[in-house]
Amino acid sequence: MATTMITTLDRSSRAAARGLSDISIRNLFIIPTVLFLIVFNIFPLIYSLGYSFTDFRASTNAPANFVGLQNYRDLLNDPYVWSNFAITAKYVIISVAGQLLVGFGVAMLLNRDIPMKGLLTTLLLLPMMLSMAVVGLFWKLLYDPSFGIINYALGLGTFEWLSDPKMALYAVALTDIWMWSPFVMLLSLAGLSAVPKHLYEAAAIDRAGPFYTFFRITLPLVAPILMIAVIFRTMEAFKTFDLAYILTSQPTAELISIRLYKMAFQEWQTGRSCALAYIVLIMVLAITNIYVKYLNKVKER
Amino acid sequence: MAAVRTSSEIGFNRVAIVAVLVVTIIFLAPIYWIASTAFKPRNLATTIPPTIVFQPEISPFVKLFTKRSQMRSPPSPEEYAAAPWWERVVFDGGEKIVRDGKGQVQWSGYPSRFLNSLIIAITSTVLAVGMGTFTAYGFSRFKVKGEADLLFFILSTRMLPPVVVAIPMFLMYRAVGLNDSHVGLIILYTAFNLSFSVWLMKGFMDEIPKEYEEAALVDGYTRMEAFFKIVLPEAATGIAATAVFCFITAWNEYAFALIMTNRRAQTAPPFIPSQVGSGLPDWTVIAAGTFLFLLPVAIFTFLLRNHLLRGMSFGAIRK
Repeated sequence: MATTMITTLDRSSRAAARGLSDISIRNLFIIPTVLFLIVFNIFPLIYSLGYSFTDFRASTNAPANFVGLQNYRDLLNDPYVWSNFAITAKYVIISVAGQLLVGFGVAMLLNRDIPMKGLLTTLLLLPMMLSMAVVGLFWKLLYDPSFGIINYALGLGTFEWLSDPKMALYAVALTDIWMWSPFVMLLSLAGLSAVPKHLYEAAAIDRAGPFYTFFRITLPLVAPILMIAVIFRTMEAFKTFDLAYILTSQPTAELISIRLYKMAFQEWQTGRSCALAYIVLIMVLAITNIYVKYLNKVKER
Repeated sequence: MAAVRTSSEIGFNRVAIVAVLVVTIIFLAPIYWIASTAFKPRNLATTIPPTIVFQPEISPFVKLFTKRSQMRSPPSPEEYAAAPWWERVVFDGGEKIVRDGKGQVQWSGYPSRFLNSLIIAITSTVLAVGMGTFTAYGFSRFKVKGEADLLFFILSTRMLPPVVVAIPMFLMYRAVGLNDSHVGLIILYTAFNLSFSVWLMKGFMDEIPKEYEEAALVDGYTRMEAFFKIVLPEAATGIAATAVFCFITAWNEYAFALIMTNRRAQTAPPFIPSQVGSGLPDWTVIAAGTFLFLLPVAIFTFLLRNHLLRGMSFGAIRK
């Protein structure tokens, strides 16, 4: 931990003797942040770990009873919860695949001399900067079966997007693709612009076809950065709450975060929701771990 | 691209440019629709075919800020003539503005939510960026034992799903009376943004040559003086970019705000959707509220355009 760190930096100047030592400055700069995060992120998690072994309900004054692993056992045997995980997995796959396709595709199109390229890129990036909840709400109007512009533009008549149980999850994913394809595009553009030009020149001299050039030069060189985009979006899509919660109340689109929210703040099954939160937490940390490993790998290049 | 350009390549370039324009239009259409609906008269907001050309109105914004009630009969000519312009546009929609006994105009819930959003986002940004800058400097310049693990720990706090953290925080806040308080949300958003700010600022700090401070130290500056007088000015751009990112995150945040606040400290993101109750919502008012709420972020995105890549990848990809 921070207190046991040693420093190797030492200034032999007169100033170093006058002011605080490097070790004190380092500790002064780092320890408050670490403490702050422990108090407001780690401590609450320890607190909820305790509750996850009880039948506590925050809506009543009844004391919490210790129930051991009962909550975890119940949750893992609950087909309802498993279906929430299945819905989440489906959602993650659809939305991340869509973002990868659209984002990388647009990046390929943009990766050339285009008039006003900077402005176009900035405009394309706008959706991902906006509030998911607030913009998501407006998509309700766009999806409206009778007067939404989506049905009008596509000539779909009164197609039900959000109130059809089969369609709701896809509609949420479509909005997510709209919001987050720009993210994949942004990272892809960075990857594409880093591919050395001489490789393409060499390929052109060798009369390599566009497919060969794409699969043998472009894709392998952009892959690491695409991987970062995919892992990051997977993690975020797995946590999705705002968009799905606002757009639809269809049980077929009930992602795990929404189940967790309902269990904790509508059904007030506090103890049990803490247990579910831990199951979700472990999954997220696993993905985060992979993500950080990849980040460091790309950084080293 | 390639040094040798064939005519088919140039042809493809043209196709690609057209395709890019089409994609841009599709991507911006929803945002354009929000902006245009915010200036429509109510009866044109939900027409089929959609109304594209119309006389823009300011009435959605007047309605956004005031409490209104339906009028049974249209106002008398005298009443209409005596009313200020902003009340007339409401009369035209068959409604009137609610006033209290003293004739004071009653505000809707929107202005206070907007103000809450501003207070909470700005305060938490200042705290997160302030602490983050110091910590990033510490990690950038000094040897820290277990640095990689500490940095992973810091990042992982940001990756936690909000609902997971919100359950225990809700119970703890309830115990100490911080539910529905500005301070409560500020703490949560500071914690959430702090990790991001450390990661991003560390990248910026790493780019400032160590030689600058070393020269200052040789000249008799203390480490602290060197930090404040040499490093901070050099890091100004990075600090500004990080601050804008933190502001946008706090400004847009929904889940914590939904769970932790209900009235006094409620921010705009949970408030705006709550206006869509049962029945037919007035989409022009919702669009007006959304438009005002999105405007700062749109401006910031434009200012940030050269730092977006860096910010969105937590400083990992710099270009």
